[in-house]
Amino acid sequence: MKKLLIINLLCALSFIAFAQETSKEEVVHSKENSNCFSCHGSPTYTYYNDVVERDITKRMNPYFLIDSVLYYDQNHKSFECIDCHAYEFKTFPHDNTLRMEPMPSCLDCHEGDDATAMYNFEVINDEFHESVHSTKHSDEFTCWMCHNPHSYKINASNNSNIRETIIYDNNICLSCHADINKYQLISGNTKPNVIDKHDWLPNQISHFASVRCIECHTHVSDEALVAHHIQTKDKAVKKCVECHSSNATLMTSLYRFQAQENRRKYGFFNAAILEDSYMIGANRNLYLNILSAIIFGSVFFVILIHTLLRILLK
Amino acid sequence: MTKPMYLYPLWVRLWHLANALMCLALIITGLSLQYSSIEYTMIPFNYAISVHNISGIILCVGYVFFLFANRFTSNGHYYQFHLKGMLSRVLKQARYYSFGIFKHEQPPFPVKVGRKFNPLQKISYVFVMYIFMPFILISGIALFFPDLLPDKIFGIGGIHFIDLIHIISGFILSIFMVVHIYFCTIGKTPLSNFKSMVNGWH
Ligand code: HEC
Ligand code: HEC
Ligand code: HEC
Ligand code: HEC
Ligand code: HEC
Ligand code: HEC
Ligand code: HEC
Ligand code: HEM
Repeated sequence: MKKLLIINLLCALSFIAFAQETSKEEVVHSKENSNCFSCHGSPTYTYYNDVVERDITKRMNPYFLIDSVLYYDQNHKSFECIDCHAYEFKTFPHDNTLRMEPMPSCLDCHEGDDATAMYNFEVINDEFHESVHSTKHSDEFTCWMCHNPHSYKINASNNSNIRETIIYDNNICLSCHADINKYQLISGNTKPNVIDKHDWLPNQISHFASVRCIECHTHVSDEALVAHHIQTKDKAVKKCVECHSSNATLMTSLYRFQAQENRRKYGFFNAAILEDSYMIGANRNLYLNILSAIIFGSVFFVILIHTLLRILLK
Repeated sequence: MTKPMYLYPLWVRLWHLANALMCLALIITGLSLQYSSIEYTMIPFNYAISVHNISGIILCVGYVFFLFANRFTSNGHYYQFHLKGMLSRVLKQARYYSFGIFKHEQPPFPVKVGRKFNPLQKISYVFVMYIFMPFILISGIALFFPDLLPDKIFGIGGIHFIDLIHIISGFILSIFMVVHIYFCTIGKTPLSNFKSMVNGWH
């Protein structure tokens, strides 16, 4: 329970951190969206009630609240709400049938789109459809479940702060796996406690802050930067040395972006990881290694000579 | 022939035994952790982690015991030294080990009651017990609570910094141990010092 609290605290902190670094770029559709935000951007909203003929103030459903700061700092910040949502949402009360309206999927816009071709949407889409989430819950589980339509901002391929990326990505998984309310959107099961399920992993808090869930739970391919093929739990990585060794193949996915240039040299991690975290078994300092070998060698050599002389000159 | 002297009280011998065993376990598991690999493992990683942690804790307890015992028994006197003339005494002993010993000279500081250690032993024991042991123990305890460490120390990751201290002290202590064991073979006979450390009599 305490660990859960700390993880939640981490999440909260990270949100503050992200909120603070809002870009100062001009906001494209702030005027058009301000109508929606007047209600969906604050805990209470006011509308004119024709029947009783006065203004009525009500509380906004917290799940329908959208943080405008995060909204204008995300991938789709240049979008009007009604680019994705029906035009009829402009009227209030919203028409009851609007909620049945199907939402576009990522591929509807991104398939064959040259501007975002480097993200390999098609590959990701295939990987996702092989994942546990999709195979077990094909229709309810959409890309939007992990990619919050109003706040998802790419980190993995452009944030040079690995720690931030890790926290960001893990919060995506924890948004369900540490929150029963969202989890049960998908599954009637009572949620297994992720903290308990990872009890075999020592220093859980620092592990979850320094490796991503997907490092252990996905099948990594070379085509997509962020692997989306989440496998069943029995295929998850459990062997410590898959990370804790200089030839760790796994961590290459996390550090792929940062490490590409520098890793070639010594075959293991570059300054990016050396600076930010220290992984037993994986971070070996080449120079310290050589130095220690030389010193040990000399000590043994001197001892050997000394012993020989002692025996010979007895 | 000098009369036998009782130089190593029981508590020193017991502490030393525990200390030496724990240090051996720590060095072996520590090396195994540092050089872990997928293809071959000396000791399975999580097993090595547990053994390293447990022996570290025992070593810590032993160290605190040693501090108190040395503070409140006469054994502590052997660890006090006067800076004045220290260098020349150490050099004299070093000279003996490098040359004199081969010419069958008498050791410059023979063991007697009130002088258990020669100057070189004394200075190395003091450095090891009062500088490097605290370093390695404190950094080890810090690594036990990695999530409480600051993100950055002097511009590099906090864990990384502490770990460097830990590894460097570990390296120095390992060197000490090798040299220490070797020097212990320089006695009346190669085994006599080890016998003293078992029965207490020199
Ligand atoms: C006067 C306040 C108000 C304004 C303005 C407003 N909404 Fe709403 N909206 C609500 C309330 C209250 C609900 C929840 C009750 C409901 O569904 O009618 C809601 C629900 C929604 C839903 C969820 C429907 C569902 O049940 O899944 C969407 C989507 C939505 N609004 C979009 C918008 C968009 C887009 C705009 C701007 C074009 C907008 N709203 C403007 C008050 C408002
Ligand atoms: C990129 C497309 C996109 C844009 C732009 C967008 N939304 Fe949405 N919105 C969605 C999708 C998709 C869902 C359904 C999410 C789901 O089912 O998990 C949704 C759901 C909602 C909901 C219901 C929340 C829920 O959990 O069911 C509200 C309210 C809402 N949007 C309001 C807005 C407002 C207000 C704006 C503009 C500030 C906006 N949306 C802009 C795609 C978008
Ligand atoms: C309604 C069409 C539409 C939908 C649906 C949509 N996108 Fe986009 N997306 C765009 C457009 C257009 C851009 C370019 C925005 C810009 O340049 O301001 C974009 C930009 C992006 C970018 C940022 C590219 C960059 O280099 O900054 C990412 C990442 C992205 N989308 C991912 C997704 C994901 C993941 C989904 C589904 C969960 C999704 N999009 C759904 C239209 C869409
Ligand atoms: C189980 C959760 C999950 C689902 C479902 C999911 N994604 Fe992702 N996706 C992630 C995570 C985590 C990231 C990494 C986010 C980051 O740090 O930028 C990501 C990143 C991405 C990226 C950016 C890759 C890059 O190079 O930065 C794209 C594009 C993307 N997802 C597309 C999709 C599409 C399309 C779908 C649906 C077919 C989908 N995702 C479904 C979790 C998910
Ligand atoms: C929208 C909520 C949601 C999100 C977000 C989510 N999951 Fe899940 N996940 C589920 C549900 C529901 C199940 C249970 C599937 C079942 O067995 O019915 C599940 C199951 C799993 C399983 C277990 C499969 C098994 O063998 O039992 C793993 C592993 C997993 N998720 C990993 C992840 C990872 C990693 C992420 C982040 C990239 C993530 N999940 C994000 C809802 C979610
Ligand atoms: C070091 C590797 C590793 C990391 C990191 C990791 N997991 Fe796991 N996870 C595993 C293994 C191994 C299992 C299977 C445990 C078992 O079966 O006893 C597992 C099991 C699970 C399960 C299935 C629980 C069940 O029994 O139904 C879920 C869900 C899950 N992990 C989610 C996550 C989430 C979310 C994260 C990120 C916060 C995460 N994991 C991080 C290795 C990892
Ligand atoms: C997915 C990769 C991964 C796996 C698998 C993994 N670890 Fe780690 N581990 C890490 C990383 C990364 C760190 C660095 C933590 C940091 O810098 O905060 C770490 C740190 C540690 C630490 C040190 C915490 C500290 O003091 O810095 C210990 C102990 C540890 N791991 C033990 C284990 C054990 C035991 C296992 C197997 C049961 C294991 N790890 C499996 C990635 C992994
Ligand atoms: C890193 C681990 C070790 C440390 C820190 C250490 C430290 C010490 C100290 C402080 C003393 C003096 C004790 C006193 O009388 O107050 C001592 C004595 C001794 N140690 Fe160790 N020791 C270690 C490992 C070993 C090992 C592994 C052996 C043998 C295999 C060994 C053999 C001896 C012997 C024979 C003596 C008595 C001779 C002398 O006083 O110099 N030691 N050690």
